[in-house]
Amino acid sequence: MSVLVYVEHAEGTFKKSTFEVVSYAKAIAQQLNTNLVALAIGNLAADQLSSLGTYGAQKVLHVNDAQLGTFNAQAYTSILSDVAQKEGVTVVVLANSFSGKGLAPRLAVRLKAGLASGVVALPTLQGASLTVKRTAYSGKAFAHVKLSGANHILALNANSYPIHEQPVSAEVISLTSTAKASDFKVTVKEIVRASNKISLPEADLVVSAGRGMKGPENWHLIEDLAQSFGAATACSKPVSDAGWRPHEEHVGQTGIAVSPNLYIAVGISGAIQHLAGVSSSKTIVVINKDPEAPFFKVADYGIVGDAMEIVPQLTAAMKAYTQNG
Amino acid sequence: MKILVCISNVPDTTTKITFNSDNTEFNTSGVQFILNPYDEVALSKAIDLCEGGKGTITVINVGEASTEPTIRKALAIGADEAVRIDATPSDAYFVAYQIAAYAKDKNFDMILTGRESIDYNSAQVAAMLGEFLDLPSISIIKKLDLNGNKATLSREIEGGKEIVEVEGPFVASCAEGVAEWKIPNMRGIMSARTKPLEVLAAQSLETLSVVEKFETPTPRGAVKMVDAANVSQLVDLLHNEAKVI
Repeated sequence: MSVLVYVEHAEGTFKKSTFEVVSYAKAIAQQLNTNLVALAIGNLAADQLSSLGTYGAQKVLHVNDAQLGTFNAQAYTSILSDVAQKEGVTVVVLANSFSGKGLAPRLAVRLKAGLASGVVALPTLQGASLTVKRTAYSGKAFAHVKLSGANHILALNANSYPIHEQPVSAEVISLTSTAKASDFKVTVKEIVRASNKISLPEADLVVSAGRGMKGPENWHLIEDLAQSFGAATACSKPVSDAGWRPHEEHVGQTGIAVSPNLYIAVGISGAIQHLAGVSSSKTIVVINKDPEAPFFKVADYGIVGDAMEIVPQLTAAMKAYTQNG
Repeated sequence: MKILVCISNVPDTTTKITFNSDNTEFNTSGVQFILNPYDEVALSKAIDLCEGGKGTITVINVGEASTEPTIRKALAIGADEAVRIDATPSDAYFVAYQIAAYAKDKNFDMILTGRESIDYNSAQVAAMLGEFLDLPSISIIKKLDLNGNKATLSREIEGGKEIVEVEGPFVASCAEGVAEWKIPNMRGIMSARTKPLEVLAAQSLETLSVVEKFETPTPRGAVKMVDAANVSQLVDLLHNEAKVI
């Protein structure tokens, strides 16, 4: 019996969410009084792999070959399920990321394992079964899900579990890929990354804006504000529907759900669909010219005023704070 | 070309979510149910791909008889036929198993789902279908172009996108942007009443997950207002009180 954590990386570098996932998996391994095994697939340097010991992984398994450099749901499922069976794994933990959403369900079917995705807290273990809290109704509620069966898979939301360092010396072992030739039906042609942008689902700080900005020509104010905070930019649904901003910035019930430490909403009235996507943010700041905007009811801090005037002032105040910092 | 689009029946996006007194069941009283918005965009994409008689679209729902208005809506938008697997959709594993059992001998060229349902939010059915049917699956796509049997898809990744190629048959889950939403016209609404809707019994299956109880988020304390003439105070509060910067 052991706990297996699948560790995601972006072109050879682990992300913050990976350390969250490893810390979370370590806590479960401790609950079960067992070891934590990490599995990484693709091109990674030895020092990256051994760095997982910092968060308590005793064993780090690494699988790589020419075909495994990019994500492949079927091949990665084959490798993960073989490792899980060989290591006698009962709990698999991974990130509820875009790739995680492609991988975890396939793995659940392959291992005939109960899967809870979007989990936000440690599970409670009762004999062979496990109960865990996950988001439901697009952030408007949580569900406590009981997983039965012999194997369980938990997909953790970003920014839901703190990184916890507890160094052990990690043994790094290279394994041969057990993926089958028939797994490679999808080929990656190109990966496009916006290099200067902070990834929205994983961001600690988010600056989001709505129709109160009056038009896309005023978005430089939001970008300046986001830059002063080191924040990712986001928007409301009417803004992405109008084409002022791309769909991937749309936060809310039919867009992305975020749970940053700080969410600053500028010129967003706070429709219930938008609030659903941001309700698990730790601190919410609302800037709106309408004192009756529903968003103020769920905010921690508010400023009533015209975004065009308040935003540049806040940017300046934040720059001053950083410089004196 | 034969396309299968998987649809679910979900509470309208404006619904205030409440539960019964012991928090074990969603309170459906007064709730309007709709076609899951992401499934609707998947259906819209299927309609674009089949335009001009290039194919037929089957929609499938795992649900009770109460979901039929939503199924008729999908037929009104432009699906050719519908199937309802008569069961309570207990979890994604159950739903995917039922759809796979239906689809396995039907030779669909493509199976589309929404990226997730807006009630369970599991985002699991597409990839589970891929595994049950031994087909490639691409989750959370924003673009899909067909060239003969070869599809080029753009899949969302953190901070960017990944362009992939696959030959059919395949499964993909669709996000906003993959197609423009279609609005049913009067002819569609009229013809939806007479399009075939087949009801099939569900296969029995061991359950692997069950919701024990629900919980609503803890309400926040009262909002603290900062004077518009003193914006820098907000930075102090975020640093000293909220401790988020």
